[in-house]
Amino acid sequence: MSGAYISKNKLPGAVTGLLGRYRVFGPVRRGRYHEFAEVRNAEDVDLAYRNTRLSPKGLFHPQGERMFQFSLAAGDPDKGILKEAPKDFSPRVILGIRPCDAKAFHLDDANFDTATIKDPWWVKRREATTLIGLACNHPCSTCFCTSVGTGPFDTSGLDAMLVDTGDGYVVEVLTEKGKAAVEAVSEWETTPTGSAEAIAVLKKSAEESMGKQFDMDAFIGKDMLELFNGAFWEEVQFACINCGTCTFLCPTCWCFDIQDEVCGEQGDRLRMWDSCMFPLFTFHGSGHNPRSQKVQRVRQRFMHKLKYYPDKYHQGVACVGCGRCVSACPVNIDIRQVARLMSAGCVCPA
Amino acid sequence: MNNPYLPYPVRIESIVTETEDRNLRTFKLVFLNPEDEAKFSYMPGQFAELSVAGLGEIPIGIASSPTEKGFIKFTVNKVGKVTSYLHNMNAGDIMGVRGPMGNWYPWDILQGKNVVIIGGGFAFTTLRSSIVYMLDPANRSKFGEINVVYGARFPGLLLYKDELAAWERRDDIKMHITVDGTDDPNWKYNVGFVPAVTKQKAPSAENAYAIICGPPIMIKFTLPVLTELGFPPDRIISSLEMRMKCGIGICGRCNLGTEYVCKDGPVFTLEKLSQLPNEY
Repeated sequence: MSGAYISKNKLPGAVTGLLGRYRVFGPVRRGRYHEFAEVRNAEDVDLAYRNTRLSPKGLFHPQGERMFQFSLAAGDPDKGILKEAPKDFSPRVILGIRPCDAKAFHLDDANFDTATIKDPWWVKRREATTLIGLACNHPCSTCFCTSVGTGPFDTSGLDAMLVDTGDGYVVEVLTEKGKAAVEAVSEWETTPTGSAEAIAVLKKSAEESMGKQFDMDAFIGKDMLELFNGAFWEEVQFACINCGTCTFLCPTCWCFDIQDEVCGEQGDRLRMWDSCMFPLFTFHGSGHNPRSQKVQRVRQRFMHKLKYYPDKYHQGVACVGCGRCVSACPVNIDIRQVARLMSAGCVCPA
Repeated sequence: MNNPYLPYPVRIESIVTETEDRNLRTFKLVFLNPEDEAKFSYMPGQFAELSVAGLGEIPIGIASSPTEKGFIKFTVNKVGKVTSYLHNMNAGDIMGVRGPMGNWYPWDILQGKNVVIIGGGFAFTTLRSSIVYMLDPANRSKFGEINVVYGARFPGLLLYKDELAAWERRDDIKMHITVDGTDDPNWKYNVGFVPAVTKQKAPSAENAYAIICGPPIMIKFTLPVLTELGFPPDRIISSLEMRMKCGIGICGRCNLGTEYVCKDGPVFTLEKLSQLPNEY
């Protein structure tokens, strides 16, 4: 490639080049919002967006997924025996993903891709996917990625990253996969002089627009049971209606249910997103429910993300500061405020 | 890549009703593919997900011991959708098993120790696995004294009655079988709640570990007895139940503090449990 820059008007050509070798997913405008979707036409990719309403976690962990299929036909020698369902793991590029969402996949890897057990569908999708990110020049008022160990220009979860410098994008290649994708594009031009300085200015201003909104280390360092038994959870849970919107939109919420569905003599074993916010999530067959009260469920979500996950995997919190839960919660529960309550040395009575 | 969500196909070889109320049935399962049996290498304390296509899966403790070859056994309580269907299946039917899952009782640490086993009701399944394992001629000499306190509400609710009687006649294991109450004049064994019988028989805590499985109320009243006998929290071992789906530490449902009950448990010492949130 002759340079690391592409003018915005050349972008559709670049996407067409990618489409020649990969399935391409990018932010697509749908009504008032953007959503990550597969694109067949290069013009459908719209990089002039803040972030998608729904996180792109569905690209690796679909909202509903067929795990297996089986026959229940009498006389079928394979009756009742589960068979793998066909899947598509052909190479794909996710273009224009924000650094926070890309970091989220890396955090999710700790759950799906462990030393002893690997989720084959998550792992194969991750292997088949190249992430070309888009740095954030203008974080939203609900963003707080810099407070949770990532940032608007964080490259850690990406294979390549684009920075919007006004009339075009400067690309930084980060991995072999990123290199291969970038080489599928022929529209690269010489990088304009002064780009590196311009990028540094953009990065600094984006980071400073958010500032540090709470001290993550202050609550990670606290004793787990001391946090669990904190008096502030009563206040936090009061307004919650357990609607589950936070878990639905969150890129680091991965909990799922497994159910069998039958139609006639055929059936599927499916998995679908579930939520710790729902009362039946932990409901035992015996009737016992260890989290029968709302305060226990609300506490579980925040403790899992902000304390149990860091204690278990030692790579920071299971939150990337994307702010989706903050902007979408119908009762305005703000995880940043919960983090401050968790890190506080003392809390004034309400 | 191995798919940990895919069950091994098994055939039900026999179904035995264990209890008078017919709520507990023991399923003897045989692998359709012999290589699956080799892959299903387990230790007492582990569980597996029993799979019925079209209904779903349930996490059940393995009742057989790895010293018993050619089959695996599960004692299932009829509680809901999948278990009710299972109870109405027949020998010869095909179903699935995923596993083995979870951790196991700490057999390497238990070697050279005295083992006290305390069980109540139908929580005795993995304890049967443990007893059969220890009593196997290849293993018996590795363990010291074995004391077992096992109780049910009345005689008809005891599991594995024939085996209990056979163990009671042996001299290399001390069985203290009890029922809460009975009007059977032929009842040969103890009468009394498990905590009370444990206190009365007073198994020594010297160089000993206690493994306890049972309903919450039994555990609640037996723990103080064990503590008084001198068992410290790191030598009292229990096994938790939790609602599970994947059984492999991925779906998040059985999360308890930093642990997944299905993967980091279900076996925990009391010491470990005291460090975890009290949400089980």
